[in-house]
Amino acid sequence: MAATVTGSKLERVLKSGHQAVTSECGPPRSSDPAHIKEKGELIKDHVDSINVTDNQTSVTRLCSLAACIHLKGMGLDPVLQMVVRDRNRIALQSDILGAASFGINNILCLSGDHQSFGDSPQASNVFDLDSMQLVQTVRHMRDEGKFLSGDEIKVPPSMFVGAAANPFGDPFKIRVPRLAKKVASGAEFIQTQCIYNLDKFEKWMEGVRARGLHEEVYILAGITPLRSVGMARYLQKNVPGMDVPDELIERMKGVDKKKQADEGITIAVESIQRLKEVEGVAGFHVMAIEWEEKVPEIVERSGLYPRPQID
Amino acid sequence: MIVGEQKPFEEIWEMVKDHKQLTVFGCNTCVAVCHQGGNKEAGILAAQLRMRASQDDVDIEIIDSGIERQCEHEFFEKTEELVQKSEAVLSLACGIGVQFMATKYEATPIYPALNTTFLGDVPETGVFTEKCQACGDCVLGVTGGVCPVSRCAKRLFNGPCGGSTTGKCEISKETECAWQLVVDRLEALGRLDTYEKVMPLKDWSKDRSGGPRSFKLEDF
Repeated sequence: MAATVTGSKLERVLKSGHQAVTSECGPPRSSDPAHIKEKGELIKDHVDSINVTDNQTSVTRLCSLAACIHLKGMGLDPVLQMVVRDRNRIALQSDILGAASFGINNILCLSGDHQSFGDSPQASNVFDLDSMQLVQTVRHMRDEGKFLSGDEIKVPPSMFVGAAANPFGDPFKIRVPRLAKKVASGAEFIQTQCIYNLDKFEKWMEGVRARGLHEEVYILAGITPLRSVGMARYLQKNVPGMDVPDELIERMKGVDKKKQADEGITIAVESIQRLKEVEGVAGFHVMAIEWEEKVPEIVERSGLYPRPQID
Repeated sequence: MIVGEQKPFEEIWEMVKDHKQLTVFGCNTCVAVCHQGGNKEAGILAAQLRMRASQDDVDIEIIDSGIERQCEHEFFEKTEELVQKSEAVLSLACGIGVQFMATKYEATPIYPALNTTFLGDVPETGVFTEKCQACGDCVLGVTGGVCPVSRCAKRLFNGPCGGSTTGKCEISKETECAWQLVVDRLEALGRLDTYEKVMPLKDWSKDRSGGPRSFKLEDF
């Protein structure tokens, strides 16, 4: 097993050569922690680590950091998602130290959806740094033991550093170079956008392998089960950077309405089974949005259960 | 140039209607190009205000005038007396002109008739688009002449984000993705290889974050 540098379970699983499984929980629009704990409880035995989203789609929610602390308290390995939309470099560094002080060992560095999508389109955005610069910042804090200012951090944060990649965003020709930039910035793991167009993903992975990037970063393929043909159509038409092929919509449409959710699960399982064989896919990030109870079934049927026990 | 748009007429009327005398004052440079604040527009706005005053039976004398630029002392010479005598001024300049007058005529209320919207160009007749945010540290040399600060909704220095679709920004199908433009332009210049250089953290102290900016020519 390659040497680990943080206390992250995700890092241990990946470096021990297993395909990792992560999932995610969206915090509630409330101060009640029960919701996030229930979600954690539902999936904890079937995943290695759990992402907690950071005001996703720019809708105000309980903060990612607090939700991560709740999960950590349950003995789980949370991945703190952090967007640069809402915080400047002072707040970002401060929250990183705060998270590390609670033993949160993973961070996923994101730019964040534009605030025009959410509940506060009148808000000012920050974007002091971009997502790559946040990756650089966390690595600098961890590896150099310094703030961006150059001042010393007596106890640096122990964080396994991740970033997102969207192979389906345009222009396609820079999607591999953009991954290379994230790797050069210091990303150690990648979680991708939801994959529905497997051919295009595999084409992207060819480009990734051609440059040897799969040997420099752990790539977790993003999987989101479709609940209905309506959801498939919505994602295809309304979510920028999402690529849902027509044949998938036809397949969902061809199934009785009551069985579409099952079909969606089956598609997710088939996708994982196919992508498991793709060289350079280091694991899966299963995002069952407000459908966390289905994560165990997907993981089991994909042959990714039981999860490795690594200390 | 500086682009502005006239405020809704009702908002303007509410600001000025309680005065007995008002000078509607155009600024005939930047905001004249976008047909919002020039001397001609000052004349039209003054006529609309007179009409409204007449309809509402409000007693207010409205004079229209204007100068070339409301942001420099020398242009005020010919209208000095008019402005001095005015009870209030409705300025059709950008926010700079409004403030310049407010400083110059400290006892006279100066109201803005425009919302100053952006620094932009005129890609075609009647179309104005934002191109600069005066961030104080220009990066156009490395981004192929496309500004990520003013043209990317997330002002990303290492874009595009995952929301870029067929050349458009995630916020609107009407908005071009700045980073698609950067990539296209770098390619046209034969410099796409430079895309992979990670752009460093921006020094925003040169932007408005650092406080109001100024500079002085020592020779003058």
